[in-house]
Amino acid sequence: MVALFAIWKAASAVAGNVVEITYLEVQTQRPAVLSTLERRPDDVGHAGAQVGLNDINATGAFLGQVYSLRSVTVSGDEDPVQAASELLGRTGILVLDAPAEVLTAIADLPAAETALLFNASSGDMSLRNDACRSNLLHTVPSTAMRTDALAQFLLSKQYTDLVMISGAHAKDQAYTYNIKRSLRKFGLKLQAEKVWDFNSDMRRSAAQDVPLFTQDFADYDMLIVADEWHDFGRYLLYNTWQARPVAGSEGLTAVTWSPVIENWGAVQLQRRFEKLAGRGMTSEDYAAWAALRTIGEAVSRTGSSNLIDLRTYILSEDFEIAGFKGRPLTFRNWNGQLRQPIALAHERALVATAPLEGFMHQSNTLDSLGFDRPESTCTAFQ
Amino acid sequence: MKLIKIFCLLFSSGASAGEVWVTNEKDNTVSVISTETLEVVNTYATGERPRGITFSEDFSRLYISTSDRNVIQVMDPETGEVLHELPSGEDPGQIVLHPNNRHLYIANEDDATTTIVDVDTREVIARISVGIEPEGMAVSPNGKVAVTTSESANIVHWIDTETQEIFANSLVDNRPRHAAFKADGTELWVSSEIGGTITILDTGSQTEKAKIEFEIPGVEPEFLMPVGFGFAKGDTHAFVALSRANHVAVVNAETYLVEDYILVGRRVWHLTGTARFCLRPMVYRGT
Repeated sequence: MVALFAIWKAASAVAGNVVEITYLEVQTQRPAVLSTLERRPDDVGHAGAQVGLNDINATGAFLGQVYSLRSVTVSGDEDPVQAASELLGRTGILVLDAPAEVLTAIADLPAAETALLFNASSGDMSLRNDACRSNLLHTVPSTAMRTDALAQFLLSKQYTDLVMISGAHAKDQAYTYNIKRSLRKFGLKLQAEKVWDFNSDMRRSAAQDVPLFTQDFADYDMLIVADEWHDFGRYLLYNTWQARPVAGSEGLTAVTWSPVIENWGAVQLQRRFEKLAGRGMTSEDYAAWAALRTIGEAVSRTGSSNLIDLRTYILSEDFEIAGFKGRPLTFRNWNGQLRQPIALAHERALVATAPLEGFMHQSNTLDSLGFDRPESTCTAFQ
Repeated sequence: MKLIKIFCLLFSSGASAGEVWVTNEKDNTVSVISTETLEVVNTYATGERPRGITFSEDFSRLYISTSDRNVIQVMDPETGEVLHELPSGEDPGQIVLHPNNRHLYIANEDDATTTIVDVDTREVIARISVGIEPEGMAVSPNGKVAVTTSESANIVHWIDTETQEIFANSLVDNRPRHAAFKADGTELWVSSEIGGTITILDTGSQTEKAKIEFEIPGVEPEFLMPVGFGFAKGDTHAFVALSRANHVAVVNAETYLVEDYILVGRRVWHLTGTARFCLRPMVYRGT
């Protein structure tokens, strides 16, 4: 519980100090996918940060605090670490959309030593373990948190006879690794698995190819698909030999956020976001928003903009943010991961929210998702 | 089955044959329930998405905020007829009537505004910018101070009812939902749903006087989410709905100690007593 309490008379108005925050997107080469209609909005993440900024500035107006946000995008042919180094000369708070190896390189910069960095994009497991950095907090869930959520759902539904199709990309392989880890954690296992290596145009031939490809799975409860770039997975639905549901990267997905979430006051956040961005709020937007809210919460409760004070407070037991997920969100003090419920949703509706009822934990049921204290090999936070 | 989300309820009188009036957010109606038979005795149509509800001092008028119609409807409780509408600003949520029986304070949840409307002239007399997602509304018993709680900013805004301006802001725990003054006006109680606490603020200094936390063996601490609450007669006790904990806490309002937890239905959301006349709370839950 929060022990701090403060009161400001409205007359004190705005203080001189502005808390400066930079959102940095490092663009990466995205593989081509089958659907030509697949389009990623340019402002993914940026818009979430902007809504977060508006939120904390609205609060700051009453408490005498002002925040500013600079949105920067580094294209593929620029050096993202150099760009981050230059930005760190101006502001100590960076919210980052970048691959894992870029995140650690930025965190290792001399200029980042006292900085407050937020990973708002990468679910990479190493960042929560061996490759963790004490100045890098994660508002995006690890992939393990998402696959643990799916495994809890499978177990609670007694979908225990499972098969899997994985794509060939590194991101697909990482997802598959996490799925297997999660299934093992909850006492489940795959009955069969296949790698997707078709080159044909599924938009025309899915109805012929997919039944044949899935025929030798025999009977099963659910098909898990690892297709993190959203390439072939969508063509598996309704085309499998057996009439069975699909989960994983397509069908029933375990996500940070989704435009279909409306419980716990979420409609208000969804409306604020849509008004600003003209589209639905994605998981990346949510992670960026959560980073901004974390900064705002720490500044308003401590009354300080000193980055060391903020980090100490963020990792303390007093810190919590309300994230429209029905319970307080806090940081794991062993690896800097934001604890949060994971939504199990399809395109049109929320199906369940993990942790599911019955999955117990000795201190916080949210720690049944992802790398719990005894599992994490991160030592940078000790 | 009809999908009815109960948003707010109140008693029309404290006498034995009382009535509970409940707005049905997804059904566009108000239900009237007899406290004697516990049966619905009347259902009246309202505008779209009725939420906040309050009676005039003499119970001759019922004010209902209709959030998707963006007005306050004024109903004759004898007939259920909507007599006229008052301007409310966008997305009116909780409403509270000033003791002068004229000024209605309205939380505009999606618009970060508190609107004050004169129910006699039917005109807006002030619009006050507040934090994001204003939710709880209360007016002090002497009428000098009104408060709005901003759910997303975690702030209690103190409004001078003479000037209709904010004169102080108090930071409380996460997601403040409901606010109520004690009958003697010395204390403002504010529930924080995500923070899991009730903060008691001194009305004179607007500073924290005490904080109440909750604990039920076997219930996850994070599920102890205080939302609606109400005081018993004489302000000896407060009854606090604890949402996902499925309990109502009985708090001694003098010692601030929790004396009991009463098991109720799932996700208990709000409660009211028979106009502060008895110790038995009526509890209801949303769908």
